[in-house]
This record gives sequence, structure tokens and C-alpha cells, in this order.
Amino acid sequence: MLNHVLPAALLSALLLAPALAGAAEEAPPLPRQEWSFDGIFGTYDRASLQRGFQVYKEVCSVCHAVKHLYFRDLADLGYSEDEVKAIAAGYQVTDPQPNDQGEMYQRPGRPSDPIPAPFPNDQAARNANNGAFPPDQSMIVKARPGGPNYVYAILTGYKDPPPGFNMLSGMNYNEYFPGHQIAMPPPLSDNAVTFADGVPASVPQMAHDVVTFLAWASEPNLDDRHRTGLKVILFLIVAVGVFYAMKRKIWAPVH
Amino acid sequence: MADTRPGAATRIIRWIDYRLPFLQFLNHELNEYPTPRNLNYWWNYGSLAGIMLVVMIVSGIVLATQYTPSSELAFDSVERIMRDVNYGWLVRYAHMNGASMFFAIVYIHLFRGLYYGSYKAPRELLWILGVIILLLLIATAFMGYVLPWGQMSYWAATVITNLFSAIPLIGPSIVTFLWGGFAVGDPTLHRFYALHYLLPFVIVAVVLLHLVALHRHGSNNPLGIDHKGPQDTIPFHPYYTVKDMFGLSVFLLIYAFFIFFAPNFLGEPDNYIPANPMQTPNHIVPEWYLLPYYAILRSITFPILFISSKLAGVILAFSSIFILFFLPWLDTSPVRSARFRPVYKWVFWLLVIDVVALGWVGANPPEGLVVTVGQIATFYYFVHMLILFPLIGKLERPRSLPSSIGAAVLSGGARLSGAGAPMAKP
Amino acid sequence: MADVAHQNASEAHAGETRRDFLLLTAGAIGGVGVAATIWPFVDTLNPARDTLALSTTEVDLAPIQAGQRLTVAWRGKPVFIAHRTAEEIKAAQDVDISQLRDPQKDSDRVQKPEWLVIVGVCTHLGCIPLGQKAGDDRGQYGGWFCPCHGSVYDTSGRIRQGPAPLNLWLPGQAETAGQALYKFTSETVVTIG
Repeated sequence: MLNHVLPAALLSALLLAPALAGAAEEAPPLPRQEWSFDGIFGTYDRASLQRGFQVYKEVCSVCHAVKHLYFRDLADLGYSEDEVKAIAAGYQVTDPQPNDQGEMYQRPGRPSDPIPAPFPNDQAARNANNGAFPPDQSMIVKARPGGPNYVYAILTGYKDPPPGFNMLSGMNYNEYFPGHQIAMPPPLSDNAVTFADGVPASVPQMAHDVVTFLAWASEPNLDDRHRTGLKVILFLIVAVGVFYAMKRKIWAPVH
Repeated sequence: MADTRPGAATRIIRWIDYRLPFLQFLNHELNEYPTPRNLNYWWNYGSLAGIMLVVMIVSGIVLATQYTPSSELAFDSVERIMRDVNYGWLVRYAHMNGASMFFAIVYIHLFRGLYYGSYKAPRELLWILGVIILLLLIATAFMGYVLPWGQMSYWAATVITNLFSAIPLIGPSIVTFLWGGFAVGDPTLHRFYALHYLLPFVIVAVVLLHLVALHRHGSNNPLGIDHKGPQDTIPFHPYYTVKDMFGLSVFLLIYAFFIFFAPNFLGEPDNYIPANPMQTPNHIVPEWYLLPYYAILRSITFPILFISSKLAGVILAFSSIFILFFLPWLDTSPVRSARFRPVYKWVFWLLVIDVVALGWVGANPPEGLVVTVGQIATFYYFVHMLILFPLIGKLERPRSLPSSIGAAVLSGGARLSGAGAPMAKP
Repeated sequence: MADVAHQNASEAHAGETRRDFLLLTAGAIGGVGVAATIWPFVDTLNPARDTLALSTTEVDLAPIQAGQRLTVAWRGKPVFIAHRTAEEIKAAQDVDISQLRDPQKDSDRVQKPEWLVIVGVCTHLGCIPLGQKAGDDRGQYGGWFCPCHGSVYDTSGRIRQGPAPLNLWLPGQAETAGQALYKFTSETVVTIG
């Protein structure tokens, strides 16, 4: 059995190499937050998801799209079918098919529609933002090393540049953005949003909630995945036990 | 009067078997096929690899029913699989992490062969077929990684296909030919998809040949000595079938942990950004199982004679695998198993450490210490293959081999036979 | 002596029973495991969430005069919307149900008698019957006529002649029994799905 330890350790080292490599960046270490979806028993906190969606809707959606989200997906946040229909109907959506006159027209949203983007295309987005492109947010938590901790750090990491730091015009100093200069001005300020459930909207609270929402947007199936995973692992543990017993039984005369 | 004729099921089986001896064949290969009785758990990895091949093909085909291989739609079709297709996330994560599991298993299987001398006569072709499988696997995995059309997909494809431009004279034309255009693009994606779908079935064919070659002389064993009679062997079924099932269940536990609780641990976040031909990621890194070759590729930072550093890197990286073809002849030891090779036994671990070091080098940006370690590790790899293998075999004094597997097992382990006992022929 | 032999035999037997038990348990676990693994893979082929969601079409009925018919696309199939005349309605209601191959009252096939909403796919082998455009052959019952193999439908979309076994489906009823999947959201708008 000891024969296995050394190779297992070395194989793990090889598997871990990319993870360890990622740690060797010049940015300061990310402060680790506690997330309801951390760990093998993690799930999304629905109240936080709903607050986070509110922050996205009222603050972020001015510039950022979430192209992979559909209104019907919001049912995951705990909204009923009627509530989802109401949220969708509150948006004006361009119908994908032209009308009988051949013109594109707008109509109230339906659950089957994707959540509309603030700009019709990337160039329009750049044009409205001094040439900087506000990236789509539907995958952002999975698309950045550090995931939710990174996005939270960016949102709360704005501060004055240290003396002597050469800030380019139009840029903002951010502690955790690579290079420290980010085109996005600080999006959150205290009480920018009034939460429907009455939770006080401090910057850390809003950041925490919107990151929870964005984590869900990246990985909506996490709850299902964890639940199924637990059942599978338990089943396999039993299977390992039974197969081991069988192996020992069948091999007994040989040993 | 009792019916003494065989039952209907047996008659049907006999009718088929008389015309197509499939069941007879299975019975011989499973029940009667003599397997050494002393195989340890390092022998489980062959069957695990076969199972992973099936898992990858099944999950791949299921993904193929939903995936769109066009540069405009590929990324979104994968996200659709993850979000809207029933259990799509499960199949996708199984396929993604399955590739890593497959490589881990194949590498362990390969190193088992290195340690116990499974590549030595009469198993040279068995080994060579295995190296061919490894090459096909690498090609398949590389092309598969391009399909989601993320940033890493696109840029890894660009970097690796660009390597061919190092070939003198015809290099750049070959690259244009590979790309089907002037950069990696939609034509490239289409052909990679077609080939990624095809190659696994080529791998199946080579695996079948690999098994035929295996069955010709049977498995090697930890002692490295041939089995001499029924006291040395046991039937494959039920002994190794049940042991393989146990091993499989342990493996599935590890595999399931990755799929359900750490599905993106082995991957790159950058690949969740759609491919952007106008912007290169800060660090282009392949998946972990290709890191050692990547390290060797980057380690040559100086030209060698008339060969550019780029070409030299390419040649060495490919050579690191091609050299394995010659292993049965590079290794001069008369003895198979490292258990009886006191010097090689330790040198083997140097190779393992070297490969892990190369992996670490490949994962990091090529600066400072990383470059130095990479160059030393590359140098050592070829020294190990080209110099140590031939030399150690010639110079070391192997320990005496046991007279037979049965004798070794009965005497309580694979220790030496008594002092003064003549060395048994391997 | 005999006792020892007997004891050995019964121990061996107990050993065998234990082995059989383990075999059975292992087999059951393996079987359950394989089945539980295969199901998700097969389920990926069932309609995905986006397919299930894209299932509503709104139709403005105001421009459709009595006697006119409109075809709209719904879930990848044509839906025939017919603004029936009084004669067409009477002809549909006066039919003796017991004579029909697929007995169904006209009143069970409509929500408002002047609007017939049916899926325009022949229940024989899936062709689209004629009768929607002016000048089309509507068959001798004034409904629809399928040119592929000659099925004839009446003004309620019921099969009267030819090889089709069933009446033209109301939206959604080919897949599940129950209410037809359309409703009038206003006097002049019907929502299908």
C-alpha cells in the first residue's frame, strides 16, 4: 500500500501544477469570502439571489449583458411562474421575427425570451463607454481565476491610487484588477438600491448578493449537481465496500 | 419421462457458436486465459483505460447530438448543453473530466510498464501499440479541447498548429493547409470536429490489436518472470474480473468527486471566455496532461547549429514520445522487473520526478527559475532515455530471480530465492 | 470423524451462501449503478428546456373574415385557424357521431364555434392537407383533403374518408390528453401554447 503513496503524491503534484501556477500572479492575494455555495454541501441562498438580481437589474444592466440568461431561468431564484411572467413583461424586447411590414418591433418580454442586452452589439457598447467593452456577465464568475472572490474583490477594491502611481486618464484605481487600472468606475455606492426584503444595502452587502447572483448565472445547476453528487458518492462508497468484500472472498483460496 | 435434451437457450447458443465462435472465444479469453496469480493493483489500470475509452465515446456521442461545430455557434451550443439540455451539465463535465482521468490512468499504466519491464521481449509490439494509442489520445484530446471555442481553445490551437511553421521550406504552407485559412477559424473547427469524432474509433482498433498482442504471451507480472505452469496462474475470471470491478468502483469514486464537486478544478477559467482572435490571454497553458511536452517545447531557447530554437523545441517535444518506441531496445537489462534491479529501481523515480517537474515548468510563465529547471529537466529526460537505460542495464548486477511465480508467492512474497540459487532465466 | 466432515461441509456451504449473497448484492449494485448512469445520458435526448419554453404563438384574428383560413407555425408544425361560416358550423354539428371512424362531437373540438384551431398534420403519415388556400381542393365535406394518400376531413377536421385513423389533432393533444393548448386572450387574439 505504501507503494501507492509516493506515486499518488507525485501524480497529485502534476495535477495541481496548473492550480499552483495560477497562484503565482503579481496581484495581491484575494480576500476569501464565505459563500453559501461553497463546499460540497453548498447551495445558493435564494434571498441573496433575488437581491443580487435586483442589483444587476438596477445597476449593472445599464452596461452589462447576461446573454445566456433567459427570463424563465429566474424561476431558480424562487420566483413563481406568474412572478417570472411579470418580470419578463416589464421589459421591452425586440421580437426576433419582423412584423408583416418587414420591420423589427418591440413587445413586452415573455419567459422564453433571453434577458435583453443594454446595447445592440459590441461596437455600440464600446461607443457608449469610451472604447471600453463591458464584458457579458453570464459566465464571469467561472471565467476569472479566483471566481466569486475575484469579482467581489473588484467590486469592493476601488481606492485612491498610491502616491506616484501613473493613472491613465479615464481609468480608475482598483486594488485587485490586474494592472490596477480598470475602465469601469466604482459601480456600487451605499444605498444605491433599496432591497425589497429590507436588508440594508451597504456596498459589501450589494457586492455579496450580486456576486451570488452572478455565480448562479455562471453555474445554475450547482444545487442539482451537489445533491446528485452526494447520492452518487454515497452509492459508490457502498459499492466499494461490497466489491471489496467480494474480492476478498473470491481471492481467499489464492492467498 | 424427463427431457434430457439441452434447454432452448443452450441450443441457440450452440447454433450461433458453431457458426460464429464468439461465445467460445469469450469463454476462452476470460475463463481459461491463464493470468499470473501475483498481479498487484498497478495491473488494474489497463482495464480502467478501456472503460474510460468507452465512457468518453458514449459521453462524446451524446454531446455530439447537441453540439454545433461552427465558430459562431460552438460556444453558445456548449452553454446550451450546460443550461438547457436535461443532464447536459453532467454529460459535459463527465466528458471534460473524463479526459483528465483517462490521461492519469494511461500515464500510470505506462509507468507501470516502465517499472516492471513490460515493454521487454516478447512484448515489444504490445508496447509500441501502446505508444501509438498514447499519440492518438494526445491528438484526440488536443482537437477536442478546441471544440468549445473558448479563449484557450482558440489560442492553444493557434500556438500548436503554428509549430509546424518551424519545418523548413514547407512549414508555413503546411500551417495554412492545416488551418484551411490564414488563421485558426471556422474551417479549422469543422475539420477538428470531424477528426475528433473519428480518432477514438481508430483508438478502439489499435486497442483491440493491443489486446491481441497481450493475449499472445499474457500479462507481465511484478516479478517479471514468465509463468511456467498452472501453479503460477489463475483464470482471469472470476479473480481479475472481481478485482477489476473493485478497482473500478474506487476509481469511480474519484471520478465522481471531480464531476460533482470540483468540475473545473483541472481546467482553465479563460476557456469560459468566448474565443477572441484579436486578444491573446496572458498565459496560454495547455491542460495538465500536455504540460510536460509543452515544457520541453519551450525549453530550447537557443538555436542548435542550423536548427532554429523553435524547430529544435518542436523536434524534442515530439521526440520525447517517439523515443518511447525504441525503449525495448534502449533498455539493455536482461531482467524485466525493477524489483530485481537495484540501481534502476531508484533511477526510475528520478524519471517520475523529472516528468512532474516538467509539468510544473509547463504550467508557469517561462521566466527565471522556471526556464532553468525546464532546461535541466529536458536534458535529464533525454539522458535518462538515451544514456541511462542502455548503461544501467549493462552495468548493474540484478538480484537473483525466484525460480517461479508460484514458488515466490508460496514463500510469502517476491523476495530472493536462497543465496547460491542459480539465476532463473527470465 | 463424521462430525468434522459434516462441520467442514456445512462451513463450506455457509461460505458458498455468503459468496452467493455477495454476488447477488454486487450484481444488484452493479445493475442499479449502470441503469442510474445510463438514464441521464438518454434523457439528454428529450426536449431541452429551451425547446419546451419556445412554445407560444399569438395570433391576431381580426383580419380573418368568415370563410377564410389562416396557417400559423407552432412548435415546428402548421396550425390551421378557420373562421367558419354558419353553413360550415351546421354541417359539422349535424353529423351522426356513431358513423365516424374517430367519434368526436364538434362541440368538443372548439371553444367558440366560429373558430376552429387544429394542427394541420394528417394523422395518417404526416403530410400537410390542402384546404387552406383559395382554390385548394377541400374534399367532398368542405374541410381538408390530403393529397398524399387521399384522406378527407370535414369542417370540424374529422376524418371521413381515406386511410387516416384519427381526426386532426387539437394543439397539444397529440402528446398529452387533456385540454387543448390554446385560449382566446381577447375577442380577436388567440394564444396557442
